Order: sequence, then structure tokens, then C-alpha cells
Amino acid sequence: MASSSAIASSSAPFINKKDVGLSAFSSQSSFSVQTARQRISKKIVSVMTPQQTQRTPATTGSVKTGMTMTEKILAKASDKPEVSPGDNVWVNVDVLMTHDVCGPGSIGIFKKEFGQNAKVWDREKLVIIPDHYIFTSDERANRNVDILRDFCTEQNIKYFYDIKDLGNFRANPDYKGVCHVALAQEGHCRPGEVLLGTDSHTCTAGAFGQFATGIGNTDAGFVLGTGKILLKVPPTLRFVMDGEMPDYLLAKDLILQIIGEISVAGATYKAMEFVGSTVESLTMEERMTLCNMVVEAGGKNGVIPADKTTYDYLEGRTSVPYEPVYSDEGARYLKEYRFDVSKLEPLVAKPHSPDNRALARECKDVKIDRVYIGSCTGGKTEDFMAAAKVFLASGKKVKVPTFLVPATQKVWMDVYSLPVPGAGGKTCSQIFEEAGCDTPASPSCGACLGGPKDTYARMNEAQVCVSTTNRNFPGRMGHKEGQIYLASPYTAAASALTGYVTDPREFLQ
Amino acid sequence: MAASAALSNSITAFKPSPCQPRAASINPLPSIKLPSISSNYPLISHFAPTPKNPTVTPLRSAAAAAPETTNSSTTFHGLCYVVGDNIDTDQIIPAEYLTLVPSNPDEYKKLGSYALCGLPSSYPTRFVEPGEFTSKYSIVIGGDNFGCGSSREHAPVALGAAGVAAVVAESYARIFFRNSVSTGEVYPLESEVRICEECKTGDVVTVEFGESRLINHTTGKEYKLKPIGDAGPVIEAGGIFAYARKTGMISN
Repeated sequence: MASSSAIASSSAPFINKKDVGLSAFSSQSSFSVQTARQRISKKIVSVMTPQQTQRTPATTGSVKTGMTMTEKILAKASDKPEVSPGDNVWVNVDVLMTHDVCGPGSIGIFKKEFGQNAKVWDREKLVIIPDHYIFTSDERANRNVDILRDFCTEQNIKYFYDIKDLGNFRANPDYKGVCHVALAQEGHCRPGEVLLGTDSHTCTAGAFGQFATGIGNTDAGFVLGTGKILLKVPPTLRFVMDGEMPDYLLAKDLILQIIGEISVAGATYKAMEFVGSTVESLTMEERMTLCNMVVEAGGKNGVIPADKTTYDYLEGRTSVPYEPVYSDEGARYLKEYRFDVSKLEPLVAKPHSPDNRALARECKDVKIDRVYIGSCTGGKTEDFMAAAKVFLASGKKVKVPTFLVPATQKVWMDVYSLPVPGAGGKTCSQIFEEAGCDTPASPSCGACLGGPKDTYARMNEAQVCVSTTNRNFPGRMGHKEGQIYLASPYTAAASALTGYVTDPREFLQ
Repeated sequence: MAASAALSNSITAFKPSPCQPRAASINPLPSIKLPSISSNYPLISHFAPTPKNPTVTPLRSAAAAAPETTNSSTTFHGLCYVVGDNIDTDQIIPAEYLTLVPSNPDEYKKLGSYALCGLPSSYPTRFVEPGEFTSKYSIVIGGDNFGCGSSREHAPVALGAAGVAAVVAESYARIFFRNSVSTGEVYPLESEVRICEECKTGDVVTVEFGESRLINHTTGKEYKLKPIGDAGPVIEAGGIFAYARKTGMISN
């Protein structure tokens, strides 16, 4: 469980004399941690807030109410000892991300408002990742990547994952692919920080125990010039997931369960905090899947406490010091939901809403035309491993066109090089080939959101598709009358094998 | 267009129009207010050199309903276009048009021509006629969770470029609401009841800010709206930057 530690407010008006010793220690350590952060010491890799003995807030007199993780992160980022939900605070931004669809617009606003010769607030805190409309002959889309390049050159931006040769993604050493996966893989997601992006699925980064949310071009233009943004502190919904994860279930099933429970507006303006023994057992990629679809419930941000899994992932990926925060024992939540994961079953979200939840096994009469495995939600290495596991268990060929779009170059390489457990040394790509899937495509957002008409795997006719992506509103993947069933990689692979929406237990048990 | 023959019976047909009554009530959302940008906050500590030619031109095109200029007596008058719940950003502006950059005036105009073209064919009336850049409907009336989905600012921009003055919905997705205010493109107003069930596309309506109400002249009914509060002056100024300049937070 998340350890609770309260950072004593150094501006508390009353301090019980008996507790001066401990409070002073807390204040002092809090202060030294702050100073260390300001010095940006390269020696400190991670700093844990000191464990405190369990004492109710009333006895310390120094913590008025406990704060949730989200509140703590925003308090720290706004240089305040304490914040409450509803407070409007000016927050320092640690990382701003943008891509080819919203970057040019944000840059346009930045230049218009701050001047043609203005410089961004910090050339190392901006991460520019072309990923949406890359492998297309659409001239405007290509031009948008050029606009990003010109800006990065002019501003000497440190992190620009450029692509020039559109015919061969592998000829571009800097190119990564899907922004949210690239941010994680390149070590830009760190506990305790504030990360903003001009994309709704920026909430994915909350898996690292940070505050991450999507903003529009105008807000991004503002951040480009100032490094700050005005945010309202959200109240937190807590989702406690316990129980052993069945081997036919993935994080995608968990989040579909939650969204089906609270609806597409159930978390509007709220933070979604995921805790519990199941969450602790999830890998980083699975945690990312969980936080990725927070926005589909209307959530402002998703957050998972950092732990050894997080630190191990970050090892070697970042040298920037970070300071994880954890919700206090006395923190107040708007609502708490509890799940016994061992009782859950594979799910789908039926057309046309992510909250149109149904059991996969109850949709077995739904004939499908195609399967799509990709996107920030379901196109990571482990997602492809999961799909490969189902194909391996079956040994048969797919009955419908099955499109595979690795999220990033790294994922693509993993698909082609990592051996799949229990496959006698075969890689995902070999298993996919034997199953008759399409060849894994160039990494990008691909057809998750339709895109220009020549986008690979775009749905250009009214078809039924099972997809590992995040949204299924009308027209999402291209055709307005297309029917999209959102599902986990297990369910998607199982469905490809039968040509109907299929519960993966048909193959995994 | 519909390939209904291929669809199984178990697929829930999507019927957005007319506005459907909800089966179960969802948690009532708190009144959504943009945080006020008051001069108490030290706004910008490390600010880039001030622009030489700070022409602040709000990107809104001439709305079909021209508002009166003072705060409390701002009114919009025009035809309304009614949509249902959960109108997501892909329906407001399909992703294939996101190659258009809103800060480019020609492309801004083009975005207007595509506003709401993602609505399914169950909406018989098109929002913007083919070949046109603006709509004859200046008020959009919606249900719950208007603007859900992506953070793309192209959504409120497309509506504003098409001439929409205000959206009156039961509730909003947060990023859409925030973007509407920051850009100053449309006023995101909230109704107290499901106006979308009582109004029809083409009704003549008036939205009054001072009185916080919407009058449907075609049906003769009046509806209370939630006051837009601090977000109002920001939109009226033309968005967050213009507001910051107007109120002296950013020097010219």
C-alpha cells in the first residue's frame, strides 16, 4: 500500500510544545528537500519523504488535513504548503509535450503573444514528439512536422524526436513514435512532477506518480512563454483494486470496468487515484494503460503511487532527481470504489461510447471485419506480447485482417527481437506472421483517430472493428458508421482468431 | 452509407437526435468556473521580452449574432442547432482536419467549414452547408458532457470560426470548457435543465448574460442558465492572453 507520510507545514500557526522536536525535524527535512530540489543536485537520484510515526493530525497540530497525492504535487509545484480541492493555483511546469497536430498551433500562439523572436521558458523542459500524421502524403501533415523542426532549430530545443525520411522510419535515429509511450521510454516521466501535453492522453504519465494532464494550444502557448499554468486543484476519486489478477485479464479490462461503472463523465474535473495490491502488481506499461483512459471517464488526471516497479523502470532512463509523494492517511477523497479483481471478466466497450461496457463473452455473436492492435493504450511491447500469447495458444490463423501498429521504434524492435515466453525462442513478429496478421507497421498513432485518408488501417468503410485503442465515438477511426469495440490485447487477438467478438478464455484456459 | 445489413442485433444503435432522456442520473457536476485571474496572483515571474507589435486580434470571426458589448447586457440572438449528449471532439471536428493549424488565418476559416461535420447521418440537418464557411446557426444547444474526448483546441475554434457565439449545454468536458475560455472562441454556458429536449434545430433563441437566461421565441419558453462567472470577461476580452493584457497583467 502507499506509505503515508505527512510533510509538516512550515507555516503552521500552532505547534504543540511537546512535539516541537519532531515537528522541527519534519520542517527541517521538508526544507532541505526543497533546497536540494532547487539546487538540482545531480548526486541525488531519488529522495523519499521521511517516514513518520502514525500520529493523528490533531496531536501534531502541524498538519491541518491530510492531502492526496494530486493535492501534494500541485502544492509543491505552486510553492504552497497546502492546497485543497477547488483552489486555483499557479503551477510551475516541469515538462511540456507537444506533437505534430497541436504543436504548430501552439507555436503560432506563442509567437503571436510573446513575439516572433521570443524564446521558450526552458529549452530542456519542452519535449516535441511528431507522432500523429507521419506516414502520409498529406502535404499539410508533412508541413506540420517541418514547422516543428524549424521551431526546434530556432529555439535549440533539446528533445525533438525528428523524422525526415517518411519512407523508412528506421532511417530516422531520433524518431520515436507515439508521444505518451515515448515520454515514458525516454525518461521524461518522473514521480512528483507536473507534466502537461497538448493531447488528452497525457494523463498516461500519471502512472509514474506525477500530475499529468492534457491542455489546448492556447494554454500550451502560455506555458511556452512562462513555464506556468493556472490550474484548479481537483478532488480525488480513489479506486482500490485488490485480488490476484486472473491470467486472462489485463489493465485494459480494469479501466473499462471502471469507466463502465462511473460513465464517461463520472470523473470530470476529478483526479483518479489507483491503489491496491493489484495495482502494485502491475508493470509500468500496464499502469500506463490504466491511467491512459482516465480521460475517457472525464478525469483531469490519473495517478498511481511510485514504488520499486517505478524506480526500476526509471533506472538508467533519467538522471534528473525526483521526489515521489504519497497520499496522507488523513487525506480526503470524494468517493472510494473497491474492486475484487479476481471476480472480473474480460470486457469490451461497445459502440459508440467507452462506457458502453459489456462482457466479451456476451458479445460472441457479433461478427467483426477487422482487428486493430496499436496506440498509446494498446500498442506497447507488453500489449503485443499479450496478443502473441493468444495466437501462440491457438496455433491457428486469424479470420479477419489484423492490423498491428507498434507505438514506438523501441516497441517495433521488441516485437521483432524479444522472444515470447513459452514460444521456443520465437519472437512476436514470427508468431504474428504465422497467424496471418498484417506485417507490423511503422510506429505512430496510426488509425486510432482515423487521420488523413491514406493512413494505414484507417476505417474507410462502415465495418466492425475490435481495437485496443481508447475511443469509439462515431467516426473515430474514420468512417462515421464504423462500429468499434474497445478491448484488451487478449480479447482483440482472440476475436481475430474467430472472426467474432471473443472472450480470450477460449484460448487461454 | 449505413451498412445496417452487416450489423448484428446486439449493437446498440446510436440515436443522438432528438435529445434522449437519460435512463439513470449521473452525479450532478459542480458548477464549472474557470479560476479567476485576479491581480492578487503574481502572474508571470520570468517573462519573455514583450512583443514589439502586440496586436491582439481575437480569432473569432464575425458571429452571425453580433453581441452587444457591455458585460451585463451581452445578448446573443439567432437560430439554434440542437445536439445530444456526449458530443465528442471527433464529431465537432473529425481528426482528418487536424492538419489545419488554427493560428493560420486561412486554415482557421477552413476549420469553420468543417464544424460538426462529424455528426452521424441521424442528424438530418447539416450545421454548415457545403461550400460555406459559416453556419446560419449561432447557438449550439447540447446535453451532457459536451466536448468530451480530445484536448484538441480545434474543436472550440471550429465552432467559433463557423460563427457560433455560444454553446448552451447541460455540462461540459473539462478540456473543451477550458479551451473555449482560453481561446475566447465561444461562451460555454450551462443550463439548469435539459434544454436539448425542449428545443429544436432552427428555433429562434436569445441568450441573455445579465439575466442568465435563454429565451426560445419559437416555443415561447424561458430557461435559467448558470452564470458564467469569471470565465465571462476572459472570453469577452478575446481569450486568456487578451484578458491578461486588458487587465494590465501583461504589459503591452
